[in-house]
Amino acid sequence: MALQSLDIQARSATTTAVPGVRETLDVAKLIDISKCIGCKACQVACMQWNDLQGEIGHNHGDYQNPRDLNDTTWTLMRFYEVEPEPDRLEWLIRKDGCMHCADPGCLAACPAPGAIVRYSNGIVDFHQEHCIGCGYCITGCPFDIPRLSKKDEKAYKCTLCSDRVAVGLAPACVKTCPTGAITFGGKDEMIRHAETRVADLRERGFVKAGLYDPPGVGGTHVMYVLQHADRPELYGLPKDPTISPLVELWKGAAKPLAIATMALVGLASLFHYVTKGPNAVSREIEKETEHEEEEQA
Amino acid sequence: MTLSRRQFFKVCAAGAGTTSLALLGFSPDQALAEVRAFKLARATETRNTCPYCSVGCGVLIYTLGDGSKNVRSEVIHVEGDPDHPVNRGTLCPKGAGLKDFIQSEGRLLYPEYRAPNSREWQRISWDEAFTRIAQLMKEDRDANFIATNEAGQTVNRWLTTGMLAASASSNETGYLTHKFARSLGMLAFDNQARV
Repeated sequence: MALQSLDIQARSATTTAVPGVRETLDVAKLIDISKCIGCKACQVACMQWNDLQGEIGHNHGDYQNPRDLNDTTWTLMRFYEVEPEPDRLEWLIRKDGCMHCADPGCLAACPAPGAIVRYSNGIVDFHQEHCIGCGYCITGCPFDIPRLSKKDEKAYKCTLCSDRVAVGLAPACVKTCPTGAITFGGKDEMIRHAETRVADLRERGFVKAGLYDPPGVGGTHVMYVLQHADRPELYGLPKDPTISPLVELWKGAAKPLAIATMALVGLASLFHYVTKGPNAVSREIEKETEHEEEEQA
Repeated sequence: MTLSRRQFFKVCAAGAGTTSLALLGFSPDQALAEVRAFKLARATETRNTCPYCSVGCGVLIYTLGDGSKNVRSEVIHVEGDPDHPVNRGTLCPKGAGLKDFIQSEGRLLYPEYRAPNSREWQRISWDEAFTRIAQLMKEDRDANFIATNEAGQTVNRWLTTGMLAASASSNETGYLTHKFARSLGMLAFDNQARV
């Protein structure tokens, strides 16, 4: 038995195989933007559960506070005032936070062994004790979620309350949501639930309503029901998120090449040592340098 | 620290060699990953009602320790009560932040009295507070109670004092509070929820 309470499926910068026999329920969080009233209970509940204390900020003329995600704000209500059609103002409120991708860009980019793991239930978790603070996870993330702390130079983000889910509870944000805009369960069940919500929204005139579960990152374990699924950029979401080609190249093709080169260099040095032996200073050279030294003196 | 050319090459070779070994699969111990331990496993769970608005959501207050003699309890977490019919586990942002409300430095913990024209609040005992309130109520009621109206009908009104009750009470407490106020003849009777 492994020591961890959730089985790990992928681990950053580790080449050894991970245990993968047990099959656990794929969990997912569904955020229905059409039901959200922007009360920020999720934001408060997240800080309360995770023992985070943010700094008191300033009012910038709208409801979004703080302005951006940070090391103590792992989920943030983002407020967008948009006109999807001319003269039709809509106030779109999105709960921003980690999407828990099935193919996480942060994990691919992370060079610290075990600092980022993906559990078999789909949660992508950061382990700060292994984090080296390089910030590559931020570059690797297609949704720009992780944040480095100025206090300890470690990266932080939403854990999908892995400590609660591990003991059979729902994440804190899901539990507190007064309007039921956030729901939690098995991923298949959440997709089914989303379908009923999408059908309802289409009946109400949002003909482009749909589910945001982007295939470019293998699907996500945090999904959105959007009124305008054809235009996720209205909500500040990328239209077709993928892991950056640079990360793919660097951790994909370049890595085995570099390993092969290093192995070759090692082998070549071994052969060189066996065939040529170590460098030795011949008598003649020694005498020459001695002469030179005497002349200089 | 001084390094000779030879030592410098040795250090570089050793570094490159060990990192390559790790990359080639000869990694050191596997990095174990464990989720954060569940912090409420043996905390004491206490049911209560959120004190903010008239909705009266049920909350669970988690305190450190099991109530043993030598343990001083401290609130470590508050969340919604899933068995409460009003909110079924949910809480609004104010309710979700109750822990900070309980532990706020500005929280009123005892009765205080400010004399007329004074700027100072002074701490008084609960007994003093209750006695003073009861005394003032009785004086006012004795002076202003209306037993009958102009037509001679019995009305038993007391119009000069009002009562503002808490909204987070249970039905039973609410019933008793109502009986208390009405039996004094008090008509101005309102609830904090409308403030």
